[in-house]
Amino acid sequence: MKLITAIIQPEALEDVLEALDEEKIHLKTVSNVLGCGRQKGHTEVYRGRKEVGNLLKKVRLDIAVNDNFADATIKAITKAARTGNIGDGKIFVVDLEACVRIRTGETGPTAIG
Amino acid sequence: MINAGDTSWILISSALVMLMTAPGLAFFYGGLVRRKNVLSTMMQSFFALCLISVQWVLFGYSLSFGPDIGHFIGSLGWFGMKGVGGAPNADYAGTIPHILFAFFQMMFAIITPGLITGAFAERMKFAAYAAFILIWTTIVYDPICHWVWGVGGWLRNLGALDFAGGTVVHISSGISALICCVYLGKRKGYGKAPMPPHNLPLTILGAALLWFGWFGFNGGSALAANELACSAMISTNTGAAMAALTWMFLEWKFIGKPTVLGGATGAVAGLVAITPASGFVSIPSSLLIGLAAGLVCYFAVSVIKLKLGYDDSLDAFGVHGIGGIVGALLTGFFAEKLINPAGNNGLFFGNPSLVGVQALGVAVTIAYSAIMTFIILKVVDMVIGVRVNQEEEVSGLDITQHEESAYTLLD
Repeated sequence: MKLITAIIQPEALEDVLEALDEEKIHLKTVSNVLGCGRQKGHTEVYRGRKEVGNLLKKVRLDIAVNDNFADATIKAITKAARTGNIGDGKIFVVDLEACVRIRTGETGPTAIG
Repeated sequence: MINAGDTSWILISSALVMLMTAPGLAFFYGGLVRRKNVLSTMMQSFFALCLISVQWVLFGYSLSFGPDIGHFIGSLGWFGMKGVGGAPNADYAGTIPHILFAFFQMMFAIITPGLITGAFAERMKFAAYAAFILIWTTIVYDPICHWVWGVGGWLRNLGALDFAGGTVVHISSGISALICCVYLGKRKGYGKAPMPPHNLPLTILGAALLWFGWFGFNGGSALAANELACSAMISTNTGAAMAALTWMFLEWKFIGKPTVLGGATGAVAGLVAITPASGFVSIPSSLLIGLAAGLVCYFAVSVIKLKLGYDDSLDAFGVHGIGGIVGALLTGFFAEKLINPAGNNGLFFGNPSLVGVQALGVAVTIAYSAIMTFIILKVVDMVIGVRVNQEEEVSGLDITQHEESAYTLLD
C-alpha cells in the first residue's frame, strides 16, 4: 500500500480529477494549502502598495492506493498537472503501514478500495 | 412651484436607488459567484456607479431627457447639465427642482448596465466591461429612456405605460444580458463541474437591500410624496412577497425543499415585474402580477435555461428580461385609471388596445437592445477582446483583473 500526496496548482485540479477518474481512482482527499517552492510569489495591491506573497495557494491531494495502482495514479497526476512551468508541484510517495475502514473494521488492502 | 415634501421624498428615493446598485446588486451577484471572482463581480457594480455618474452629468441626461430630436433621442442642449437647475421642469416633475429629477434618473441609468453583469460574470475582461457599459448606456439606455419617458419620445407619444422602468431598465438590460452570455460563451467547465454560490448570506443581504431600495425606485417614480407613491410602494412590496412565495412553493413541490436563494430570486423577479405596473394597478392586481412573475421566471430559470444550455451565470436574463416582459405586458391588462388618472385602463378595465401598445414597446425594446448589444460586443471584442484567456479564467478574475483577493487562507 502507498500513500500518494500531490501538491499541484489550483487551476490543475479539475484536469487531475478527471485523469484520476479515467484510471478508476475515485477515493481521495482534497485540501486547500499554502506552499512555497521555487516559483516566485504573486503580488497583490492594496491601496497602491504592492505586497508580494511568498506562500502561494496550492491544492493538495492525498490518495491511498494498493501497490498495483500506484504507478497509474502518479502518471495520471503528472500528466494532468504538468504545464512545464515552475510551480507545477510535486508528488510524494510513501509506504503505507496500515489502513482501517472505520465503518467495517476491515484492515489492509481490502480497506483501501 | 417647489413642494418641500415632494422634494425630500425624491431626495431620499434617489439615495435608495443608489443603494440598489452598490451594495444591493454588488452583494446579490457577489455572493453567487465562486470565491475567486467575488471582488471582480462587486467591482462591476461599483464601477458602473462611478462611470455612469460621470456619463450622466456630462451628456447622458441630455441624450435621455433633453430637447427631442426626431422622437428618437434628446439633443446635447443640456450638456454638462447646462440649464438644468433649481427651477422645476413641468414636463417631468412640476414640484421638485429639475436638477433633482435628473439626479433621481441618474440612479436608474447606473443600475441598468449593472444588471447585465450577471450574464457574463466570471469571464469578462475588465477593460472590455468598462468600454461596454459606457457605450451601452450611451447608445442603448439613453435612447430607450428617451422613447419611453422623454418629452417627444415616440413610445411615450403612443401611450405606452412604464411606471418605473420595466422596459427601459429591465427588458433592455435583460435582453442585452442574453446576447452577452451567448456571445461570450459558457464559463470553462460549465455543466461539468459544479459552480455553487460561494456565499449565500451575501446574496440574501443583497436581495434584501434591492427590495429596500426598490421602494425608492417605484415609490419615488410617483415623483411626489402623494397617494400614488404610497400605492406604488405597497404594490411593490406585495408583488415581491407574492413572487417569492410562489418561487419557494414551486421548489417545495418540484425539488422537495424551499430554498433561501429561491426566495431571494423570486422576490427580485416580483420586484422586476411589478416595476412597470406599480403606479397603475391595484393591490389585488399586484398579487396576481407577483404570482405570474414567480411562475414564469421560475420556469425560465429552472427549465428553459437548462434545456437551451446558455450560461446566463446569475440569471440576469431569466429574472430581469423575462420578469420585465411579464410586467410590461401585464400592465396592459391590469392598469386602471382609478389608481392613476394619468395612466390608462388596461384590457380588464375595458381598454384592450393598451395591450397592443405595451406589446409594441416590449418588442421594439427587445429588438433594439439585442441588435445594438451585439454590435457593441463585436466592436469591443475587436478592439480590446471581451473574454479573459483560459488561464486567467481558471485563476479567477480577482487576482488577474485587479490583483486582489477577497479571502485569505491563513490569518
